[in-house]
Amino acid sequence: MKITKKDVEHVAMLARLYLDEEEKAKYTRQLNSILDYMEKLNQLDTEKVEPTSHVLPIKNVFRKDRVEESLANEEVLANAPDKENGYFKVPKIIED
Amino acid sequence: MDYEVIIGLEVHAELLTDSKIFCCCTTEFGGAPNTHCCPVCLGLPGVLPVTNEKVIELGVKAALALNCEISPYSKFDRKNYFYPDLPKAYQISQYDLPLARNGYLEIEVDGKTKKIGITRVHLEEDAGKLVHSETGSYSLVDYNRTGVPLIEIVTEPDLRSPAEAKIFLEKLKSILQYAEVSDCKMQEGSLRCDANVSIRPMGSKEFGTKTELKNMNSFKAVQKGLEYEVKRQKKLLERGKKIIQETRRWDENSNKTYTMRSKEEAHDYRYFPEPDLPPIVLEKGYIEEIRKTLPEMPYDRKKRYIEEYGLPEYDAGVITSSKALADFFEECVKEYVDAKTVSNWVMGELLGTLNAMDKEIDEIPLTPKHLADMLKLMDKGTISGKIAKKVFKEMMETGRTPDEIVEEKGLKQIADEGELSKIVDKVIADNPKSVEDYRAGKKKAIGYLVGQVMKETRGKANPQLVNKLLREKLES
Repeated sequence: MKITKKDVEHVAMLARLYLDEEEKAKYTRQLNSILDYMEKLNQLDTEKVEPTSHVLPIKNVFRKDRVEESLANEEVLANAPDKENGYFKVPKIIED
Repeated sequence: MDYEVIIGLEVHAELLTDSKIFCCCTTEFGGAPNTHCCPVCLGLPGVLPVTNEKVIELGVKAALALNCEISPYSKFDRKNYFYPDLPKAYQISQYDLPLARNGYLEIEVDGKTKKIGITRVHLEEDAGKLVHSETGSYSLVDYNRTGVPLIEIVTEPDLRSPAEAKIFLEKLKSILQYAEVSDCKMQEGSLRCDANVSIRPMGSKEFGTKTELKNMNSFKAVQKGLEYEVKRQKKLLERGKKIIQETRRWDENSNKTYTMRSKEEAHDYRYFPEPDLPPIVLEKGYIEEIRKTLPEMPYDRKKRYIEEYGLPEYDAGVITSSKALADFFEECVKEYVDAKTVSNWVMGELLGTLNAMDKEIDEIPLTPKHLADMLKLMDKGTISGKIAKKVFKEMMETGRTPDEIVEEKGLKQIADEGELSKIVDKVIADNPKSVEDYRAGKKKAIGYLVGQVMKETRGKANPQLVNKLLREKLES
C-alpha cells in the first residue's frame, strides 16, 4: 500500500472534504488501485521522453493588452451568498 | 557569540499593463469595489484564461534587467489553497519551469560592490483584497486586484544584514522603474516584499532555521522587521532554545513580529500544470528584441551624469536613484545649463520637501521647466535666493509658473538703488545702537542692519546692494 489512511485524511483536509471512516477506507483502497495501475507506466523506458506539461501541441496563445468593459457590480455580486457596500461578505478570516 | 545573519527576499511587483494577465479587465488602481471584474478573473465556471502578451514582454524585460537567463520553455501551474481573496481556490503561477533564472543584482555596501543572486523570476496573477470589518466579525472582499499581473523575484540567501536588504530593495525598485516594467508604489501595493531570515554562528557553514516575515509595507518596515527578528532569534539561541520554522507577521504598531498560526498543511499547495494555458516558448530573436528596448540603467546614467554634466559622484548617485527624479533633472538641464545648480535644488529643496510631504516627484504638479525658469529669474536678479525658496515651495504645491507667483505675490527683488537707499536710511535712523557699534569697530553689527532692511522689504531687497549701501552710508 502506497497511500495510507493518513494520506487520505491529509488530502481530504486540504480539499476541505469531510470523510467518515468508511469513506476513508474506501478511498485509500481506490487510490491505491489507481496508483498501482499507473505503476505500469514505469515498465516503459521513458529515459528519452520529455515530461509532458501540456497535452495539446500548441504554444504561445496570447491576446493583445487591451481593456474591455468589466461586469457591473450588481452582476459581479449576483451569485454572492452575502454582500455589503459592493463587497462580497465572508466569514471572518482568522490569521493570528 | 557572534552570529552571521542570512537573508533572502521574495519580492512581488505589479507589471505595468493596461489589462489583467488572463482577461480584459482594467488593472487600474482603486475604483469602486468589484467593478474591475469579469467571469474569467472571478473564476466562474466554463471560462478560458488567455495570456496577455504584454505580460510576457514585461516579464522578460524585468528578468533581463536583473541579468537572468530567460527560459526557452516555461509554463503556468495552479497553486491550490483556499482563501477568500482567491475566487478560483487556486492561483495561476509558475512552479518548476519559471520564466527566468540565475540572475543577479549588484549593490553598493560600505563603498564596495556586492553581487546578490536572483534565483528566479516568475509570472503569476495577483489575489483580491480583504477588508476586515471594524467589529472583526466578518470580512469584505474586493476582487478588482484579482488577476493583475505580477512578477515574483526570489533572491539567493546572499544578504547579510537588514540594512543590506533595504539597499537591495531600493536598487531593485529603481531597476524595475528604469526598465518601465512596474511603478513600484509600495503604498498602492504594486511592490511587496516578504523576507526569509536565519542566523548562524560566525564561521559556520550550515544554515540555521529560518523564519519568514510578512506584512512589511515599506522598505523601512522591512529593515525594522528584520532587525527585530534577528534580535529575537539571537535571544532564543543564547537561552539554548530552538528557532521554529514558521511565518511571522510584522506589526508596525508594536514594532514586533508575531506568529501567524497557519497550519503546516497550508504550505502543501499541490501544484500541477495549468491545463487551460499552453506553454510559453520564447525564441532567441524575441528575447534579443526585448533586450534592445532596455533603457539606460541607473549605473550607466550615473556615469553619464558625472562625465556629461560634471556632477560630483554623490550628486549623480542621489539623482539617478529614482528614474522619475533623473528624468526631471535631465529635462531641467535642457532648459538651464548649469547642471550643478539644478542638482543642488533637486537634492536640497526638492528632495527635502518631497520627503517631508512623503510624496514622489511624479505626484506633485511641479514641472522641470518651472524650476529652470525660476533659476533664470534668480540669474537675472528678479528674485533673491531666499525668495526663490518661497517661490519654489509654491510651485511644488500649486504647479503655477514662477512668473505668475512672483507677479501675484509682489516678490520681485528691489534692486533699485534709489528705492533701497530710502529704506537703508530709515533703518540707520531707527537703530542708533547698532550704528554706533559698527562705527566703534564691531563690524559684525552690519549683519543685524542688513537683516532689518530685509525685514522692511519682506526679503525682497537685493542683499549685495543692501550691503554696499549700508557700508557706504555707515562709513561716510
